Amino acid sequence: MPPTSTATSTDDPLVTGFPFPFPEDRYRYSTNVEPAGGAVVTPAGQWGTAVVDIDVEYVRELDERREILARDPGRHAVLPHMRGAAWDTLLTLMREMALTNPDQMTLTRDPGGTGDAHAWRWENRLLGVVQDFRYGDDATLPDEPLAYIASQVQEDIVLLDQRNDALWGDAGVVTFAADWSFGFDVGMSFLEIHGPVPRLRELGVITRAHEFLKRLQPHEPYRRTNWTLTIGRRLDVSTELYPEWGPDREMIQHVDDETFGRLVHLRVEVQHLIRLPESGAICFLIRTYMLPLEQLATVEPWRVRAATVIAELPEDMADYKGIIKYRDRAAAWLLAAGESA
Amino acid sequence: MTGTQIELVVAAVEESAHAVRTVRLVAPDGAPLPSFVPGSHLVVDCGGRSNAYSLVGESIAPAEYAISVLLVEDGSGGSAWVHGLAAGDRVSALRPRSAFAPIASATRHLLVAGGIGVTPVVSHLRAARHWGRDVQVLYVFREGHGAHVDDVKELAGDAAEFFGDRVGFTERLRTVLAEQPLGTHVYVCGPGAMIDDVLEAATEAGWPASRVHSERFGLDALDPGEPFRVTLTETGTDVEVPSGTSLLEALEGVGLDVPNLCRQGVCGECRIPVSAGTPLHRDLYLTDEEKQACDAIMPCVSRADGPTLEVPL
Repeated sequence: MPPTSTATSTDDPLVTGFPFPFPEDRYRYSTNVEPAGGAVVTPAGQWGTAVVDIDVEYVRELDERREILARDPGRHAVLPHMRGAAWDTLLTLMREMALTNPDQMTLTRDPGGTGDAHAWRWENRLLGVVQDFRYGDDATLPDEPLAYIASQVQEDIVLLDQRNDALWGDAGVVTFAADWSFGFDVGMSFLEIHGPVPRLRELGVITRAHEFLKRLQPHEPYRRTNWTLTIGRRLDVSTELYPEWGPDREMIQHVDDETFGRLVHLRVEVQHLIRLPESGAICFLIRTYMLPLEQLATVEPWRVRAATVIAELPEDMADYKGIIKYRDRAAAWLLAAGESA
Repeated sequence: MTGTQIELVVAAVEESAHAVRTVRLVAPDGAPLPSFVPGSHLVVDCGGRSNAYSLVGESIAPAEYAISVLLVEDGSGGSAWVHGLAAGDRVSALRPRSAFAPIASATRHLLVAGGIGVTPVVSHLRAARHWGRDVQVLYVFREGHGAHVDDVKELAGDAAEFFGDRVGFTERLRTVLAEQPLGTHVYVCGPGAMIDDVLEAATEAGWPASRVHSERFGLDALDPGEPFRVTLTETGTDVEVPSGTSLLEALEGVGLDVPNLCRQGVCGECRIPVSAGTPLHRDLYLTDEEKQACDAIMPCVSRADGPTLEVPL
């Protein structure tokens, strides 16, 4: 059974900063977008003030991304016409990070004082990086610009080009996909990418989201959350690695309660939607947070709410999320964690 | 607060062509201004009415926003107001909005400008030079009235052609439209009649509509709307909703707590019932049937079609 003391776990930044995703006892798909940047106070702390969030996992997750990209370069793709959008993303995210973390990060324009408005210097003291570059000149960076900025942020990045009254997923660096494959989706339209999700089209949710994104304006980022359950603290549950993690969905049904609470994580994505100011492309940031049920249960309102939502989730949605085999046990586990307290 | 309003100061005004003034606007503290998509326009508050003007300067965290405005003698006064500006004057505007963007996947950009319609083309050309895009320019203007001719020459070089008469321009246009490589996009900005001519010529030459882009101001941004009065039957008060203020903002202004999220007519969160009056629906949330029923409204973007609206709040 999980520990009943909350004194230590509520000091854990992974708990205090956790973006608990359930505002109600029932979860359904909706166009749940809201302006970015607002603080959300939770029973354990708060989240939401930063568009690019840096937490205690920063260095570890960036190391993991680098290893994944070295092993599987297909997680990174930039179609030729997205070069401008890649640069736009780089500058936009650097400005955002420097503004949010002035002690650790600095972006300086024209560092040499030569009057060159396209010359910049990026300093990231968390990684010991000092990088001079010229906006738009790929040769001034050690890597392709989207890959470079992906080495500085924990977020996965997808860039959508807007043309012909539709959005196209034409670039990205996605190493922490939850049961999908960026390499498979690259070049698809937004509507095609979301085709497999049950209910979305019938509800009009995805067409509304599409209309919303097409009208998104620069300098007014929005955000939404999404969630699922993941077995183990495994960020990379991409389709490419299914043979590695797929069997866990069977295995988890046979472990004891203590192991179950330690292994099953509530996985939350905070997604930011940004209209890039110079290219006009949409930058879609996906940031993944994970909390094992045993830690989730130490925050009483989260334990109760999560148990209710997971128990009530309709079959087709649970099936699509890949949790149908163990969601009943997850709900029961959370309920039982209260009785033992 | 809409969050999109910006305050600017006039840094310089110059007569850039006959009856055309270029106004350079900077942030009061001299800080870089928000970047914008090439071809974007700035909606300027011209002493009570809003006019949209294309930005002609650098677009990446620029030091200034420059607009070039033709004085329209029989216009509604916006251009005369701009022509009355002098260095040091304060100007309020909305952040730049993009409605005439370069298509990133185009193999070539054919830019067609008529008169003062050259302004967004100048912005496209600056970006094209930075990103190494293939461009071709046709620019027609009356002798002595050519704004930004030197800019176009400098930015486009041999790829630019200039015309002083409609006949020569139209003839050349038809040839140029017929000889573009696959994947070219054409962009046209100028007087309405000229845009129509170019669109017609492109259609005749077999161009699909998706490859032809024209700039007509004000279609993208929701207009500020007419003022109206809303009667709150439960609260027992009337609330005035001025032009430029949303119904949602007006309701919040009198202390009503309307749940809301996106404030763009998409999420459906702020839906409120309507008991009398006709809503002017501008949202993307309600279905056509719901809109025709006139018994609900999304107050973040929608307004009254008439002087009054009644809601049971």
